[in-house]
Amino acid sequence: MANIGWKSMKGIPLVVTLIWIAVSAAALHFMEKSVIAFLGILFSIILIYYTNTDKRVRLILGAAVLLLIIPLVAGDNRYYMEVASQVGIYVAMALGLNIVVGFAGLLDLGYVAFFAAGAYAYAIFSTSQANEFIPGGLFPLSGDWFWPFLIVGLIVAAIFGILLGLPVLRVKGDYLAIVTLGFGEIIRIIFNNLDKPINITNGPQGITPIPSPELFGVKMGTPFYFYFIVLFVIIFIVIANIRFEHSRLGRAWVAVREDELAAQSMGISLLNTKLAAFATGASFAGVVGVIFAAKQTFIDPTSFTLMESIGILVMVILGGSGSIPGVILGAAFVTVLQVQLLKEFSNFLHSLQQSGVINLPNQLDPSKFQRLIFGIMLILVALYRPNGLIPARRKKNDLEAIKGSKYAGGKLGILSKLTQGKQS
Amino acid sequence: MLLNILPQVLVDGLTLGFMYAVVALGYTMVYGILEFINFAHGEIFMVGAFVGTEVLLISDSLGALEGMNPYVAFFLTLVIAMALTGGLGVLIERVAYRPLRGAPRLVPLISAIGVSFLLQDLVRFTEAIARNEFYLNTPALFSGSISLGIASIPTKGFIVIVLAIVMMIALTLFINKTKWGIAMRAVAQDQSTASLMTINVDKVIMLTFLIGSSLGGATGVLFSQNYGTIDPYIGFILGLKAFTAAVLGGIGNLRGAMVGGVLLGLLESLSGAYMGPLTNGAFGAEYKDVFAFSILILVLLFKPEGLFGEAVKEKV
Repeated sequence: MANIGWKSMKGIPLVVTLIWIAVSAAALHFMEKSVIAFLGILFSIILIYYTNTDKRVRLILGAAVLLLIIPLVAGDNRYYMEVASQVGIYVAMALGLNIVVGFAGLLDLGYVAFFAAGAYAYAIFSTSQANEFIPGGLFPLSGDWFWPFLIVGLIVAAIFGILLGLPVLRVKGDYLAIVTLGFGEIIRIIFNNLDKPINITNGPQGITPIPSPELFGVKMGTPFYFYFIVLFVIIFIVIANIRFEHSRLGRAWVAVREDELAAQSMGISLLNTKLAAFATGASFAGVVGVIFAAKQTFIDPTSFTLMESIGILVMVILGGSGSIPGVILGAAFVTVLQVQLLKEFSNFLHSLQQSGVINLPNQLDPSKFQRLIFGIMLILVALYRPNGLIPARRKKNDLEAIKGSKYAGGKLGILSKLTQGKQS
Repeated sequence: MLLNILPQVLVDGLTLGFMYAVVALGYTMVYGILEFINFAHGEIFMVGAFVGTEVLLISDSLGALEGMNPYVAFFLTLVIAMALTGGLGVLIERVAYRPLRGAPRLVPLISAIGVSFLLQDLVRFTEAIARNEFYLNTPALFSGSISLGIASIPTKGFIVIVLAIVMMIALTLFINKTKWGIAMRAVAQDQSTASLMTINVDKVIMLTFLIGSSLGGATGVLFSQNYGTIDPYIGFILGLKAFTAAVLGGIGNLRGAMVGGVLLGLLESLSGAYMGPLTNGAFGAEYKDVFAFSILILVLLFKPEGLFGEAVKEKV
């Protein structure tokens, strides 16, 4: 049987994983600013995922690394926590887009619009910006409001998702990609110009200073706190993703992705199913947007360009669309690559330049290579690994296993009748 | 006062619209045959603009432009740019699209998005090495303008319109009268039957990319002459709008792409000029991109087959 075949496949021995965690934790502790040490500890999560032990042990190990080892070893190191929370923000966004692209198969190139909606929701009302159009001088709000605004951001972005989705989701396939791209640009242009007739977004100047979150009088402005905030949001999103994946709605998404006509003829409402995917994906982006705004303390429309949407899409496609571990890996990899590796590399080249070894025009600075790298990645993945680095595993509906399960008697409808028919 | 500028606005709109129309032809040809949005087509246009500008800049620095008839120089530039972008289009098809022909529909689209970003950065890269900057000024070949009574049309704009019309007529003749054109239409209708009729489908698709891309590249040269400055990112928005034009006219339909392009150019120019004054400055020309995208969305919602396309029933 298929299940046994998979289980007998040996993973990585537990000892190796434990040694790896210890070594990379030590490296992280003793080195001040090392990308390699950071990558090492991130890689340990992948090792844990493939380790040959019980699922519960793996979960505990993973939680220990994320909740205990990283904060204990690197918690006082601003640099590592900054990178980690940045990685976290993109992981959360990619998981949201994964619902839209991976589960429901809707290629959304304007995803960053929902991120912007969440970010602006918090930014406008937590600064004095809201006084421009709401009389009474109620604003700015204090950092305590960050927590309710996580929910507000979620709702605002979900509403945005539904409003955009209603017209957009009537078109399909590659048209949808272009239309969402157009909508993403429209939203950005509107945010960029909505400083008149009424000043709502402050236009290209952006909004500042956005307050850091506060809890019981503790100001949580450092990357250390954001690491935990992001981590909890990710845990929430991952659980939501897993719960959605095999739910009725999740299966409807997959059905729509595979064949719209067939899904429709099975009684799935296309528009409602797609809208649900759009709104769910959007709401996650909204929450992350609120965190992003609070973390940056300043936002303007340049943070929400098409490049961001494409970047998140690259993470999903590279990791494996529809595959939760894959998307996490893709997001972590791309983020570390673009915020850290490229920067390090260009610093290295600059130091070479200063010592006169090479001559580097400013335009060739590797930190500006985003488009090139994203482009190459998209082409290579499309050509050679269309299912991504960790492909999504399709749940096998094993007829024998279903018949043997304790639910076989009542709930399975036609299947149970089949079984009964054989028995009698 | 608003009506005084109308003729000028119309002339600008026509110039822009004819450029959209020629680029839209490239989208619509590829879509007609492969049912695939060649996302990188806008970038081919951009490469054409850069090739044209580089040819002029290099020959200018060599002194070759001295005393040369500007029309001859322009024609040569156009030919070089068309040859190079046509070749580039074929290369892209060969490397990034052909291996994916049987794949699910979104996969080639993703590859095309990748090509699009790759080209933007490659051009920036090359220009950064060669000239240490990537905003280029195109040497102007034509000055002066032709007076039409109420409006004056710059010579360069006039050339854009004339050449665009020539290219459209040539393409229509090619598709309708020549053997290869008939083969293209046959492949667009039914690939497997066409291949049974001894049509080499791969070659026809290559030819489609060759023609579509060289038209895109030629438009790039026209664009750089008309507006004078170019950068590696001009292709993206223009490509998007040309695609809008193709959808507006009915994608897969050549005549539709031409009409859609001109219409979109006119609408955009009119909205850019009049939206500001009409709304007392609340919504000015900065919303003209929004306007174009809104047209795209409206067309897709209410008349997805476009002005000239046929409604397609989905087959099971």
